[in-house]
Amino acid sequence: MSIDAATVRKVAKLARIREAEERLEPLARELSGIMAWIEQLNEVDTDGVEPMTSAVNTPMPMREDVVTDGGDAQRVLSNAPKADKGFYVVPKVVE
Amino acid sequence: MSDLTDITLKDALEGLKARRFSSAEITKAHIAAIEGARALNAYVAETPEKALAMAAQADARIARGEAGPLEGAPLGIKDLFCTEGDHSAACSRILDNFRPTYESTVTANLWRDGAVMLGKLNMDEFAMGSSNETSALGPVVNPWRSKGSNRPLTPGGSSGGSAASVAAKLALGATATDTGGSIRQPAAFTGTVGIKPTYGRCSRWGVIAFASSLDQAGPIARTVEDAAILLKSMSGHDPKDSTSLPVEVPDFPSFVGKSVKGLRIGVPKEYRVEGMPAEIETLWTQGIDWLKDAGCEIVEVSLPHTKYALPAYYIVAPAEASSNLARYDGMRYGLRVADGGSLTDVYEETRAAGFGDEVKRRILIGTYVLSAGYYDAYYLKALKVRRRIADDFTQAFGKVDALLTPTAPSAAFGLGENSADPVAMYLNDIFTVTVNLAGLPGMSLPGGVDAQGLPLGLQLIGRALDEGTLFSLGGALEKAADFKARPEKWW
Repeated sequence: MSIDAATVRKVAKLARIREAEERLEPLARELSGIMAWIEQLNEVDTDGVEPMTSAVNTPMPMREDVVTDGGDAQRVLSNAPKADKGFYVVPKVVE
Repeated sequence: MSDLTDITLKDALEGLKARRFSSAEITKAHIAAIEGARALNAYVAETPEKALAMAAQADARIARGEAGPLEGAPLGIKDLFCTEGDHSAACSRILDNFRPTYESTVTANLWRDGAVMLGKLNMDEFAMGSSNETSALGPVVNPWRSKGSNRPLTPGGSSGGSAASVAAKLALGATATDTGGSIRQPAAFTGTVGIKPTYGRCSRWGVIAFASSLDQAGPIARTVEDAAILLKSMSGHDPKDSTSLPVEVPDFPSFVGKSVKGLRIGVPKEYRVEGMPAEIETLWTQGIDWLKDAGCEIVEVSLPHTKYALPAYYIVAPAEASSNLARYDGMRYGLRVADGGSLTDVYEETRAAGFGDEVKRRILIGTYVLSAGYYDAYYLKALKVRRRIADDFTQAFGKVDALLTPTAPSAAFGLGENSADPVAMYLNDIFTVTVNLAGLPGMSLPGGVDAQGLPLGLQLIGRALDEGTLFSLGGALEKAADFKARPEKWW
């Protein structure tokens, strides 16, 4: 199935990656090429096959729902692009 | 004293323990080698001060008779592993200034056992690539060159820096990671040994995520025994990674040198692909003969869904990546661009500026296959094909103890040679990716060189949690191959 520029625009929007208008066509061609190669999966009969969601056959481990770490705002914020008074500073979210 | 960088990890550990040389001495020898090899671009961050401080501590522990299993051995660490306070950027611009305030479990295990860190190793951005060319910090150059040629070759990827550093004697061993072949293909391209253990053997905690159901750490080393020593230290259950397996770590080095007599080795007929160079076919046949001579029984097996592994991978891995990489939003760490703009502007501009082309391509594919209307047709379909591929292996392992295949469909190729066509680049992983989908252990070791004098790798694939058998078989193949070729120093 081929991907057009409009689809690339939509997907880039969903992925929150800005793509210049002139990049949409070349990207559409590239992604279509990859997806066309992927289409061969349709040759495989997967009727009644359980999807494989994990590479390990063990149940998800459970732990006590307790605080094990934290209380170290300084460390948490040490890589923040912008921080102030122990908080992240982010662009305005609510008008 | 002979060159302290031209030595196996095993011999180095013995020399250190017997105090024939100190960790400070061997560490300094490596620091000097690294400084002299910047043309290879293997290290993206050199940490000589940290190395010397760790070496001094190691020497003190050796003097007190408290040497750990890796005491004093200088190693290189792939940039994907978070090491406290150091460059840990997955070779992406989006994490350029990120300095972790914590240590990955795998590297913490190495330091617990006494190892010394030389620096961080170059890689494809977020481990997405097979040639190291997607690194935001420029490609690694393979220390190997074709006979009579100066053409720069790729060391493979994504763990290109890890493989090149071990081949060029810039570390006694290195950590690496493998999502679709990123340990084994670079090992094959550089004449080194690499093992991707069973999924869940090494903790993923503190390893920057690419595709979480496939990512697995492992070592690249100069010999099978060195790889076994490193994997033993790197492995172990970690409650901080819910997919880390709560199992004992076997004494991997003790499997090297064990007899392989009577083991049944499967040769999958689907791995004879069209267009494979005759030299690789010849090496494979040679490998089969070596194992026969060692007393193994060779059995032809079928893995009928092999050809679907790469297309399935290129749905599963990008889908997981698009989800994992959503965290790079310019808010909590890493790059922020368009500050002062709207929230959406910051998100979109930051990610546009921070990610390279291949990473963007995969995020877009992943977002597409997970988007409404396509999820069942692509993502769910790929997960079902993944099951088929895993079932192929289960059937084969009903008849055999391990599989022998080539590692990669070619020797190292020229930088820039495959970068125009994404699918051509993806085909590098044709023999390695099946193992990631099934969660099995796979090892690559050098079997010989081609007519150009470039190394070629053989791959062993084992049952889940049966790395031990791979180390025994790898040891037998290593002995038979007697691979002595080394890259001629030009850097």
